[in-house]
Amino acid sequence: MSDRILGGMGLLLAIFFIWQATLIQESFISDPVGPKTFPIIIGVLVAVSSLAILFKPDDEPEWPDFSRLFEVGLTVAVMIAYAYALPVAGFVVSTAVTAGYLSWRLGTPPLKAVIAGVAISVGIYVIFHLVLGLSLARGPWGF
Amino acid sequence: MDTLSALAHGFSIALTFENLGLALIGCFLGTIIGALPGLGPSNGVAILIPLAFTLGLPATPALILLTSVYYGAMYGGRISSILLNIPGDEPALMTTLDGYPMAKKGMAGEALALSGIASFVGAFFATWGLVFLAPQLVKVALLFGPAEYFALFALAFATLGGIASKNQAKAALAAGLGLGIAMIGVDGQTGVPRFSFGEVHLYDGIDFLVAIVGLFALSEVFIFLEHRGTEKATGDASGVKLGRLTPPMSMLKQTTPTMARSTVLGFLAGVLPGAGASLGSFISYSVEKRLVDKEGTFGTGDPRGVAAPEAGNNAAAGGALVPMLALGVPGSGTTAVLLAMLLALNITPGPLLFTNNPDVVWGLIAALFIGNLMLLVMNIPMVSLFVRVLLVPPRYLMPAVAMISFVGIYGISGSTFDLLVMVLFGVLGWILRKLEVPLVPVILGVLLGNQMEANLRRAMTISDGDWSTLVASPLSIGLWLFAFFGFILPIVGGRFFRPKLPRMASEADPD
Repeated sequence: MSDRILGGMGLLLAIFFIWQATLIQESFISDPVGPKTFPIIIGVLVAVSSLAILFKPDDEPEWPDFSRLFEVGLTVAVMIAYAYALPVAGFVVSTAVTAGYLSWRLGTPPLKAVIAGVAISVGIYVIFHLVLGLSLARGPWGF
Repeated sequence: MDTLSALAHGFSIALTFENLGLALIGCFLGTIIGALPGLGPSNGVAILIPLAFTLGLPATPALILLTSVYYGAMYGGRISSILLNIPGDEPALMTTLDGYPMAKKGMAGEALALSGIASFVGAFFATWGLVFLAPQLVKVALLFGPAEYFALFALAFATLGGIASKNQAKAALAAGLGLGIAMIGVDGQTGVPRFSFGEVHLYDGIDFLVAIVGLFALSEVFIFLEHRGTEKATGDASGVKLGRLTPPMSMLKQTTPTMARSTVLGFLAGVLPGAGASLGSFISYSVEKRLVDKEGTFGTGDPRGVAAPEAGNNAAAGGALVPMLALGVPGSGTTAVLLAMLLALNITPGPLLFTNNPDVVWGLIAALFIGNLMLLVMNIPMVSLFVRVLLVPPRYLMPAVAMISFVGIYGISGSTFDLLVMVLFGVLGWILRKLEVPLVPVILGVLLGNQMEANLRRAMTISDGDWSTLVASPLSIGLWLFAFFGFILPIVGGRFFRPKLPRMASEADPD
C-alpha cells in the first residue's frame, strides 16, 4: 500500500511539474531546446517510474506505530522552531534547548538531558566559534 | 614517467605542516565517524563540508581533510562490526559475518589488527590504481563533447541504482526527484526563473549542501528517534576484551592471497559507475567464500572472511575516486558528496581538472598515501581509543550530530529559510529511506542536473536543434548502450548479484 501511495504521489508530482514547466516564460532569445524541454523530460521520467511503482509495489515497510510517528512529527516541529528562534534568541540558548529536547526524546533521563543539551551547545560554541572562528547566530546577550 | 613526477610534485604540496595536520585530523575524525553506528562516510563528510567551507579552507586542504575522513571512515566501520556485530557503516556489513564470531572466540584484537592491515593493503594499492588509471581515463574524456557528456550523465544515473538494486523504478524515481530539484531557480542560459513560484529565496535554486546535509544527516536522527529503545539503537562494547593487537605471522600468510584478490576486485567494483564500497566488500567476500572456503569455516570466525571484505571496501573507496576526479561523475554516495565539495569551491572535476588544477589532484593523491599510513598507525596500536568512543550512547551523539548539521548550514548563509529547507529534506530523506528509495541518485540529480541540461542544450545548439546529434558518435552510442544494459541488467539478473542481507541494511547509511 505504501508503495502505491508513493507511486500515486509521484505521478501527481510529475503532472504538476510538467504543467509548471509548460508555464515557464520563454525569453525572446533562446537556444533550440529552450528552458522547458529538459524539465518536461524529467517529468516524464518521474511519471513513468511512478507508474511502475504503482503497478508493481514492493513489500510493505515497517512503519512505526502512531506514537512514534507523532514523536517524529513533534521533533520536526521543534527543529522548525529552532530555525526561527536562532536569530532571535541566539545560538547558545536555542541550541541548548533543542539539543536537550532531542537527547531527552532519544531516551536520556530529563535532568541528564538538560545537562547534555547545555554541554553540547557550549561545546559547539567553544570549538566552532571561539577556537575556529565560525560566526554563529548572535542573540540579545551576544552569544 | 610524467605520472610519477606529478606525484612527486603532489607530495611536495601535501607535505606541509598545515596539510599534514588536516590529514591527521581527518583520519582521526573519519575513523570515529566510521566506527559509530549511525554515522557513515557519506553523512560524516556531508556534515563536515559546510564547516570546511565556512572556515574558508582553500581547495586542496579542504579536499585533503574530507578525503582523509572518507578513507578513515572505511577503516573505522570495521571496529563496531567486529566488537558489537553492528556495522558502523554499510560497507562494513560483510565484516560482521566473520569478525564478530572471531571476537566471540576471544580473538577481537587479532581481528581488529588483521582487518586494519587488510584495509591498509586495499587502500594502498587502490591509490596506486588511481594514480595510473585516472590519467588514462582523462585521455579518453578529452575526446568527449557535450553530446558524450550528456550520455555519460545518463549512464551515471542508469547504473547508480547499482547491480544489486532491488527496484530500478525507485532508483529512477529518485534520480528524477533530484534532477527536478536541480531545475528550481533561474535558468542559466536564458535567465528565466523556473519552479520558483515567485519566492525570492528560490531564485538561486536549492543549495545542494542544504539538500545533502538534510537527506543524509538529519534523516539519520529521525531513524534513531524511531528506533529508540530497540536493539538497533544501542550498542555495548564494555564487555569485549581486546586481547593481543598483533596478528600472528601464520594468519597473515594465510590471508595474503585473499587480500590480493579482494583488492583487485574491490578496486574494479569501485571504478565502475554505480557501485560503491558496499559492493566491493560484498563481491570480495562472496568470491573468497566460493574460492577458498573448502572446510565451511566462513561465517564462524575465519580470518580470511575478515580480510576479504575489508581489503575490498577500502580498495573500492580508492577506485570510486577515479571516475569522480577524471570524469566528474561520481560512482558512489560519498564521492557524490565529495563532488559537492568541489563544486562548492568552484572547481569542476573532469579531464580539465588535471590540467588546470594539477595541484589539487596530485596534492590530494599524495595526501591519500600519507593518510593511509597514518590510519594504519592509528588503527592498530591505538584502536582501543576508538573502542572507547563507541561507548558514547546515541542519545548524546545524535543531538550533537543534528546541531552540528544546523551550525554548518547556518554558517554558510545565515538564513532561516535554508534551515527550514534542510529540515524538509531531513523528513523527505527519512520517508524515502523507509520506502527503500535510494538517496544517492537524489543527491546526484541535485548536483549534476544543471550540468546535464547545459550539455544537452549545448549539443543541440551546435547541431541546430537536430536530436540525432545525441547518438552521432561511436563514443556516445557506446555510452548509451552501457547505460541501457546497466539499467536493465539488475532487473534481469539482479537476483544473482544481490547481497542477501538483513533488512536493516537498507536503512543503513549509504557509502
